[in-house]
Amino acid sequence: MDEIKITLGDLKSRRSILQGLGVAAVGISLAGLGACGKGGGDKGAAPGASAKIAPTGEEPKLNFYNWDTYIGETTLDDFKAASGTAVNMSLFATNDELFAKLRAGNPGFDVIVPSNDFVERMAPAGMIVPLDHKLIPNMKNIDPAFIDVAYDPGRKYSMPYTWLVLGIGYRKSKVKSVPDSWKPLFDSDEYKGRISLLSEAGDLFRLYGKYLGKSVNDLTPADIATIEKMMIKQKPFVKAFHEDNGQDLLGKGEVDLVLEYNGDIAQLMTEDDDVDFVVPKEGSQLNSDTLCIPKGAPHPKNAHAFINYLLDAEVGKKITETILYPTPNAAAKALMPAEYKNNPVIFPPAAAMAKCEYAKFRPDMQPLYEEAFTRVRAS
Amino acid sequence: MQDWKLSRRAFAVIAAAPIAWLLLFFVVPMAIVWGYSFGRNSGLTTIELTGTISNYARALEPLYLGIFFKSVLVAALTTAIYFVIGFPVAMAIAFSTERWKAWLLLLIMLPFWTNLLIRTYALLSLLGQRGFANAGLEWIWNGASAVSLALGFGAFDPFQPVPLLYNNFALILGLVYVHLPFMVLPLYAALDRLDKSLIEASLDLGAGHWKTITRIVIPLAMPGILSGLLITFVPALGAYLTPDLMGGTDSQMIANVIERQFKRANDWPFGAALSFVLMYATFILIALQAVRNKRSEART
Repeated sequence: MDEIKITLGDLKSRRSILQGLGVAAVGISLAGLGACGKGGGDKGAAPGASAKIAPTGEEPKLNFYNWDTYIGETTLDDFKAASGTAVNMSLFATNDELFAKLRAGNPGFDVIVPSNDFVERMAPAGMIVPLDHKLIPNMKNIDPAFIDVAYDPGRKYSMPYTWLVLGIGYRKSKVKSVPDSWKPLFDSDEYKGRISLLSEAGDLFRLYGKYLGKSVNDLTPADIATIEKMMIKQKPFVKAFHEDNGQDLLGKGEVDLVLEYNGDIAQLMTEDDDVDFVVPKEGSQLNSDTLCIPKGAPHPKNAHAFINYLLDAEVGKKITETILYPTPNAAAKALMPAEYKNNPVIFPPAAAMAKCEYAKFRPDMQPLYEEAFTRVRAS
Repeated sequence: MQDWKLSRRAFAVIAAAPIAWLLLFFVVPMAIVWGYSFGRNSGLTTIELTGTISNYARALEPLYLGIFFKSVLVAALTTAIYFVIGFPVAMAIAFSTERWKAWLLLLIMLPFWTNLLIRTYALLSLLGQRGFANAGLEWIWNGASAVSLALGFGAFDPFQPVPLLYNNFALILGLVYVHLPFMVLPLYAALDRLDKSLIEASLDLGAGHWKTITRIVIPLAMPGILSGLLITFVPALGAYLTPDLMGGTDSQMIANVIERQFKRANDWPFGAALSFVLMYATFILIALQAVRNKRSEART
């Protein structure tokens, strides 16, 4: 055991050097380590990011369907070094794209990253399969607050990968005061021609509901009519309805206020000092992106191993360092530097968060949101 | 030309592969979508084919008809601009020397070698608030301001960037930029085939240049002009990338609405009905063009 520990400690401190020498070297030294580590149990030093993963008996391949810029720089290579499984990653841009692609049957993906409301939608439709928690021991790293969530009680179908909150990204030098309310975006000409809103009908209607003091899950058709009128009134002051690229519009100076996710603005803030983010005082909508296995996945065991790997503390830390999204992985968060943990953009103040909610998937309301938004845009 | 009816067997051998291709990858998928347009969502991923026409009834509501109308208007305006820009360009290429022709055609084709999305993004960075176009305007503005100051008229107000993006102007500009070669190439083909001696005769007999163009060149090139108009109008009518990326809050076109039905709204039957309404409109246009061609053939 002593010998193992020394090797492990040695390895960790030399990780970067070893990687510089080539993946093959790492693979060889890890192969021996993994075998010993297993015998010693996992009570000793926490298995590092590159501890050997036992083969699953499936062909060493995995098809991962992920969002763009949503993984650590070396995560997939590290996983290949640790397990021998090559990950083929394809990218999607919206949950709808993901859903449309899997609707007619799984074209061969093993792990997908749907948001919470799509977990709610895909689980009853039988499009994702229940996870085997025995194969995901790293579930213990997840912050307990993220285990019993309304959209997937007990985490039967999904493991949380990131969470995020919608708010206002703004250019500090162009606003008179911190826009800590939805009013400048939704109900005022104060920043006319300098605001851009997300073009997701459901999100927009729910956030307008928040502005009107309602829960995001209690909107009625009458509320939709009210909100539609407000949106039509506000439309002349809005410059664009963006897809998920509000940070680009803000970064390029096209607009000075955008409705965006905190993680996207946090990424922009690493390049641009003049940008900040606030969760409005009326509260906002939370989202969580999760790791799921679609029905008919060709490599389900590899998929479990991969999900378990992503939930590892060290791996989670490296992913978080790249994507800068809030992580639900408590063990990974603990390893992050203070400027991440105490960043008010990534982890907004508790007072603001207290008023935020997850949106439930409501099949009855979704077409109404869409049609109302089509009317707003056509007006 | 030999009539295909005279050698049916040879025709069958040659045509079998393309017909099979067309059936498998065009007719069959289209038939499925056409079937969806008479169905309704019975679950999240299942569509029940009920034979209902309620999707078409909804597609013909004033809201959607209005969006159709606006899309046709945008496409028509874009096509008109293609023609105004494309015709002189095609003339210039058709009447240049052989050596130059190849180079000029290459210049027209060159943008095609770049992906549509990348071309659109290039345009975005050109036209932005801090893009090159506004930087150029700012330079001119500041220069003029300095001259004005030197002449004792005082400096201008600080430069305000011109909003070149995220409005209907940007939408039209983007569409014109993206599809212009589709107009130039058929026009060039038509003009190149033109018997140049007719133009010389017209000029010799005392008609001016303008009159020669309107009375001789345009009527003779009419089939090429019509196919150029059609071949650019149809993709402009169905454009969705350009309105999404360059348009403003009211630049939604019918293809954007259709896209949302298949994605966000998850209402495939309604999206299918909207698509087919658009397709019927396109078919009618093509049929009109075919009828016209037949008539002009009959006349000659």
